[in-house]
Amino acid sequence: MPDREERPLIRAEAIAKVFGGDTVTAVFEDVWFSIARGEFVVLIGHSGCGKTTILNILAGLDAPSAGVVLVDEREIDGPSLDRAVIFQSHALLPWMSVAGNIAFAVRSRWADRPKRKLREHVQKFIDLVGLTGSEKKRPAELSGGMKQRVGIARALSIQPKMLLMDEPFSALDALTRGTLQDEVLRLCQATNQTVFMITHDVDEAILLADRIVLMTNGPRAKIAEIVLNTLPRERTRHDMHKHPHYYRIRNHIIEFLVDRSKAFDQEIAARGYDAKHPPLVSPGLAEPPQAVPALAASQPIPIAALRAGGSDQIQGRRLA
Amino acid sequence: MGVSRGIRAAALSLLFFAIFIAAWQIAVGGDAGGTANVDPEYAKLIGKEAATGNKSAMPSPLDVARKFWDHLADPFYVRGTNDKGIGVQLAYSIARVMGGYLLAALVAIPLGFVIGMSPLVYRALDPFIQILKPISPLAWMPLALYTIKDSSTSAVFVIFICSIWPMLINTAFGVAGVRKEWLNVARTLEVSPFRKAFTVILPAAAPTIMTGMRISIGIAWLVIVAAEMLVGGTGIGYFVWNEWNNLSIANIITAILLIGLVGMLLDQILARLTRLITYPE
Repeated sequence: MPDREERPLIRAEAIAKVFGGDTVTAVFEDVWFSIARGEFVVLIGHSGCGKTTILNILAGLDAPSAGVVLVDEREIDGPSLDRAVIFQSHALLPWMSVAGNIAFAVRSRWADRPKRKLREHVQKFIDLVGLTGSEKKRPAELSGGMKQRVGIARALSIQPKMLLMDEPFSALDALTRGTLQDEVLRLCQATNQTVFMITHDVDEAILLADRIVLMTNGPRAKIAEIVLNTLPRERTRHDMHKHPHYYRIRNHIIEFLVDRSKAFDQEIAARGYDAKHPPLVSPGLAEPPQAVPALAASQPIPIAALRAGGSDQIQGRRLA
Repeated sequence: MGVSRGIRAAALSLLFFAIFIAAWQIAVGGDAGGTANVDPEYAKLIGKEAATGNKSAMPSPLDVARKFWDHLADPFYVRGTNDKGIGVQLAYSIARVMGGYLLAALVAIPLGFVIGMSPLVYRALDPFIQILKPISPLAWMPLALYTIKDSSTSAVFVIFICSIWPMLINTAFGVAGVRKEWLNVARTLEVSPFRKAFTVILPAAAPTIMTGMRISIGIAWLVIVAAEMLVGGTGIGYFVWNEWNNLSIANIITAILLIGLVGMLLDQILARLTRLITYPE
């Protein structure tokens, strides 16, 4: 784990976003969190809690209605090449080739780079995301997964201080999503990249994140708690579920998303809440017996299916 | 089903054409043999046969075809002010259309860019555009003749004023409609406004702008004929009117056919260009 106490790269302090004219409602309010250098932070929450707005504020594409976001102790006042965005819809420029899209970004960072060096730089990042041979293709000729690879290469090619990913894999099929998650994990571990990512996918969060920020439902969403991912950093999609912490963390998050995210106001009415220091929890380290009721509460459908299957089996046995 | 649709369509086109020519031939080859009293002046003008009603003043398809061939065989002769080859007349018209059209593009595309980028400018200029757009370009002609004084330049001005609106409106529309995510890409990459205009907004809006340019060239070609009938001197519009005064229907029909062919050619060129800059999404 990187040291989070020592001057984080990003600090969001009491940010809020208000929409609407007559009936003013805050989508989220009093949100505090920080991201350390080399840390992978994932934000999880239901639709409408303002996740994308938070990401856009970090990117400088949107401004908070209240509060500030500091990068290296300096307030964000607009987009920056230091914070590269990977868009949900990949946002490639369709009239440019794969190489052209990446070169467009590289030229934005280093305007006077000679042509040969530019081409080498672009090629390096095309190779990095495994698109060698597709340099001249237009985005329309690529599959969804390949388009998002170009999006990732474009973001990495400007060598930003941090990556911002807005549900980058949600538009992809499960197989492609898995492959790309592995790639992102590999790239980020190799370069110790700082990442802030938004997702709906609990497994994706556990695979990639060092810390998982849980947001309550909007309007007036807030950070409920921050889950420390206690799985070893050298995890893979194939073996992480074998680790004893995996299901405890997963169940904790699912229980939050299914039940607690709705009724969080009642929960804190009973026990109090400090927005500036939302609780940091480590469900992975919890005792196993605690995990069992959580499983029952959080997964009604699989349990029901299990019961149905079980009774059939019993009947079958009886008949036999 | 062995024959492709293209060949079958071509066969059908030929059939329609044959029916049309046949109907035309039958219509003009009238045999009503009335020998009414005929003004000798009138008979001189349109030919004795036609004047007595034995033959229509309308030429037969064969007459027109012969005329057409004569014109195409020697299109570029000049034998005095009122006797120029049809190719020369068409060249005058095309030159005027190109002049007015390119001037309009030079004004409309940058101005459309500004209107598309700035909702304020859009709101400010909208009333002017709404009022000026529906004015028939020919209504400007007297004003143009009075202020510009030169009739040929006035025709160019009329082309300018009629082709500016579709380009202006389509450019503004295309620029205003550039996808937000593409603009966000440019913003996160800290692309300068100048570079953004040329590398993101212009290519993104290019198909819409091109559509406007295609509409404009069509309108310009429609208007030039009428404008040249008014200003006279040269051009295919003047040629049509001159041949009307000569009562040479075969020449008029030839000119009409050529106007259609050139119009189609101009439209096809713009369609080609549009295909070049259109990007699949």
